[in-house]
Amino acid sequence: MKTFKLVSAFSALAFSALMITSVTAASIPEDKIDTLRQVPIDVEPTPPAMQAVLNKDIKEVRNYPMQPPVIPHKIDGYQLDLKVNKCMACHARQRTGDSQAPMVSVTHYMDRDNNFLAELSPRRYFCTQCHVPQLDAKLLVENDFVDMDHLIKANTVQKKH
Amino acid sequence: MLDKLKKIWQVLNRPSVHYSLGFLTLGGFVAGVIFWGGFNTALEATNQEAFCIGCHEMENNVYQELQSTIHFTNRSGVRATCPDCHVPHNWTDKIARKMQASKEVWGKVFGTINTREKFESKRRELAEHEWARLKANDSLECRNCHNFTYMDFTRQSPRAAQMHSTSLASGEKTCIDCHKGIAHHLPDMAGVEGF
Repeated sequence: MKTFKLVSAFSALAFSALMITSVTAASIPEDKIDTLRQVPIDVEPTPPAMQAVLNKDIKEVRNYPMQPPVIPHKIDGYQLDLKVNKCMACHARQRTGDSQAPMVSVTHYMDRDNNFLAELSPRRYFCTQCHVPQLDAKLLVENDFVDMDHLIKANTVQKKH
Repeated sequence: MLDKLKKIWQVLNRPSVHYSLGFLTLGGFVAGVIFWGGFNTALEATNQEAFCIGCHEMENNVYQELQSTIHFTNRSGVRATCPDCHVPHNWTDKIARKMQASKEVWGKVFGTINTREKFESKRRELAEHEWARLKANDSLECRNCHNFTYMDFTRQSPRAAQMHSTSLASGEKTCIDCHKGIAHHLPDMAGVEGF
C-alpha cells in the first residue's frame, strides 16, 4: 500500500511537471476559444505578457452611432468608487474648461424618466461599465461586423442596377 | 530657590579645580560628537519605512494602498518610501516636521485612528493636512525626484505635456493640485477643487 501511494505521488508529480513545461498561454487554437483556461485546474500557467494600453489621446471612430466612445488614454490608478470618480475630474461639465477633455454626454445627467439632474446620474456613475481603454492587440476572433454606412451604400448600389 | 540657583551659577562660573583645560575641551568635543551622532542616528531610525509601518494604523491602511501604485513597484525598481514623500529632506524642515509629529504620537497613544472605521472617518482631514503641506512648500517632496527642469515633454503623453508645459511651467499650479491620491486612496472628494 505504501509503495503504491509513493508511486502514485511520484507519477502525479511527473505529470504536473510535464504539464508546466508544455503550457504556453500565448497561442490559442480556434476550437478552444470558448474557454480561457487552457490548462488543468491544478496547474498555474505562465500568463501572457501584458499589452500596453494605447495612450494617444486621439479619438477613435465609433463603429456605430450608439457605441460608447472608447477611452484613448491610460486610466491606471484612476479611483472610481463611491467616494471619488476620477474620470469626472476632467470630463465633468465644470472641469472641461481646464482639462479640454470632451464633456460626458448630457444623457449621463438624465435619470431614466429623462429628468435632468445637477449631478451625474447614479446609473451612469461607473464609467468603465461602458467605456474602456484600448490595446493594440491581435483579434482573438475575426469580427465580421459591417458598418451601417456600408450597408446603406451596398443597398443603393443594388437598387441602381 | 534663588539661593540654590546662585550656588549652581557659582559652580559653573568657577574655573575647574580637578580637571585640566585640555581634558575639558577634548572631553567636551568627544561628548559632543557622540551626542550629535546619536541624535542623528535616532532621527534617521525614525525616518525608515519599517519604523512607519511599525504601527498597525500605517501598515494596515496607507501601506496596503501604496503597494499597488507606481511609487511602490514599477519597471525600473526605483521606489519611494514613506519619508521620501512625507518628511522634508532639508534638515531644519525635517526637525520642524518631526516636532509636529509629536501630535501623531499623541494620536497613537490615545488610539485616534486605531480601527479601520476611525481611520476612514478621519481620512479626509488627514489628506487635507498633506495637501496643505505640499501646496505650501510647492510640492517640494515630489520635486526632490521629479525635477521640472529635466522633464522631457516629448516623452510625455500629449495630455501630460499639455498640462505640464502650461499650468505647471507658469507656476500657476503645483504637483499636488492635480496629482492627489497617487499613492493612497482618496477620501470623499465632495467640495475639493478640481473634483
